[in-house]
Amino acid sequence: MSRSWRIAIVLGLFACAVVLVVFTAMAYIATSPPTVSYLDSQPPGATVHLVMQTDGVVGSATGGAAHPTWVSYRIRTPKTHAWTHTTLVYLPAHSRIDVTIYQFDSGSPLRNQHFGMVTGTIGNDAKLNGKTFKVLNSYDTPNGQGVGHTFTVPSLGINVPLEGNDTSKKTFCTYGPCDPATQLHTKTTFAFTTPGVGNYRFQCFIPCGGGRYAGNGGAMQTLGYMGGFLEVRA
Amino acid sequence: MSEDTGFQPQSGAGAQPPGPGRTPPAGGQPHHFRRMIPIWLALALACDLIWWFVVGPHVPPGDMSTSAVGAQFDFNVLFLAAAPVVLAVWVYLAYAVWTWRASRADAPEPVGGPAARSNFKVQFWWIAITTVVVLAAFVFGTVELIVPAGAGGAEGPNPIWKPTAKHMLVVQVIAQQWKFTYRYPSYGGMQTNTLVLPNNTWIAFHVTSLDVIHSFWAYQIGVKVDANPQLDDVAYTKTRQTGTFTVRCSELCGIWHGAMFDYGKVLSKSAFDHWATTTEKKQAVNTKYLPPFAWTYSPTANGATGATGVNTSGQSPFSPEQHYGATPARKLVRSSLTSTATPTTGT
Ligand SMILES: [Cu+2]
Ligand SMILES: [Cu+2]
Repeated sequence: MSRSWRIAIVLGLFACAVVLVVFTAMAYIATSPPTVSYLDSQPPGATVHLVMQTDGVVGSATGGAAHPTWVSYRIRTPKTHAWTHTTLVYLPAHSRIDVTIYQFDSGSPLRNQHFGMVTGTIGNDAKLNGKTFKVLNSYDTPNGQGVGHTFTVPSLGINVPLEGNDTSKKTFCTYGPCDPATQLHTKTTFAFTTPGVGNYRFQCFIPCGGGRYAGNGGAMQTLGYMGGFLEVRA
Repeated sequence: MSEDTGFQPQSGAGAQPPGPGRTPPAGGQPHHFRRMIPIWLALALACDLIWWFVVGPHVPPGDMSTSAVGAQFDFNVLFLAAAPVVLAVWVYLAYAVWTWRASRADAPEPVGGPAARSNFKVQFWWIAITTVVVLAAFVFGTVELIVPAGAGGAEGPNPIWKPTAKHMLVVQVIAQQWKFTYRYPSYGGMQTNTLVLPNNTWIAFHVTSLDVIHSFWAYQIGVKVDANPQLDDVAYTKTRQTGTFTVRCSELCGIWHGAMFDYGKVLSKSAFDHWATTTEKKQAVNTKYLPPFAWTYSPTANGATGATGVNTSGQSPFSPEQHYGATPARKLVRSSLTSTATPTTGT
């Protein structure tokens, strides 16, 4: 084989490898869950009503979840009220956000009961099924099911534990999107004020990535499932 | 071989005609080392003085604690030792490139000849000086690690280099994906989101993890300790300045490792006491539900399996409750939580 042929083959293979690497990387980088915008959900300055749900099994009925069996958040789209499978949300800066989370998953004790305390919300409290609380004892929650998930924004000091549900009940939601009107859930409400423009990460402090080392892989760390961002915009 | 002229490269020395601008001593080459040493000495002295007085005080991690000061001092001393070595190499190189450049008409032939074979004097001083420098660095480093009680580094669960101070504040650092929390056994075993320390106080950091390996790095106070599950890793420092410092996880611990940081504070003793007592009161509603203060906590208990409620690991969720040092915790909550792993009530 001539020298120029050999060079051509090497360069050709190299180009193939580059293309492969770029495509693989882009497949990860460019794949992002959708963002639900609450920017125009109300007149400027008015309270924003952010509604979310947590499903023990996200299901694939809507949103085409890549991992239909994973635990996940869903965010309710303002106006259409569709449950979008995502954890990315736009919120207006310096605004009061009233949050409602319908929690459909089962629960357990917290690994660190520290996250049983409500912090960073207006009044440093939250309401569980309409009843104000400051702390959930995750070993002994009001209906005895432990904590399903926590809504925690470390950089804003926000932490709210969400109580779990009894899996043996008939109306327990086995896959999402779950319906608050007909299916078993706990309803947690709280309010906080958004800071200035920025990207604020939230996660859950119940290691609910079942089957993963220390329970923190998989859904726990993945955007669109248990990890997300509150993107505060002007 | 010429005993007098060091590295003097020569090939038929003396046969070369003296070059312009060069005054060879009688009978051959100039004494090159005698020309290099003053240049090197002046540069090395200037460099070390500028470093020590101008740059040194600003070298990280600063001077917020004894271990930070120690790290800064060590770094500066090592720089003072290293700079002359670097400059010696550079001066020699620059001198050689200039003096023995090929384009010079009268350049001596540097390759081969008896002078290239061996030079006892050069070999002796080469070995002697490098040995002294390396051994000095070894002794200095060892002393600087041991004397300041571990220099802010991790000493494992049974530290051998302890500060002699009678009063130490114990702070437990609990790492978990992806946040640090802090427990104060002398304030009711409360757990907090932020690390607050009193000034002019010896702190005993007890670092552990609830899941994977993390590393607690309190940058400006010069403390860095690996956080391992089920291991109580201890490090000491004494605060000496009020202010803010950065805490970062410095062991890749998962995808949000980069988000695992927060900011700590060193307050005056009275401000700290005020903070600690009010925070203890505020946290009391939750502190009563925390496991009793222990040096380690089982990572596989407490919902870690992802299963509901019951710990299936067969491990006790907590190590035995312990007191630290001579002064036991002021009060500890729930003195006897059952050592079984089933969820218990908060009463
Ligand atoms: Cu979760
Ligand atoms: Cu970490």
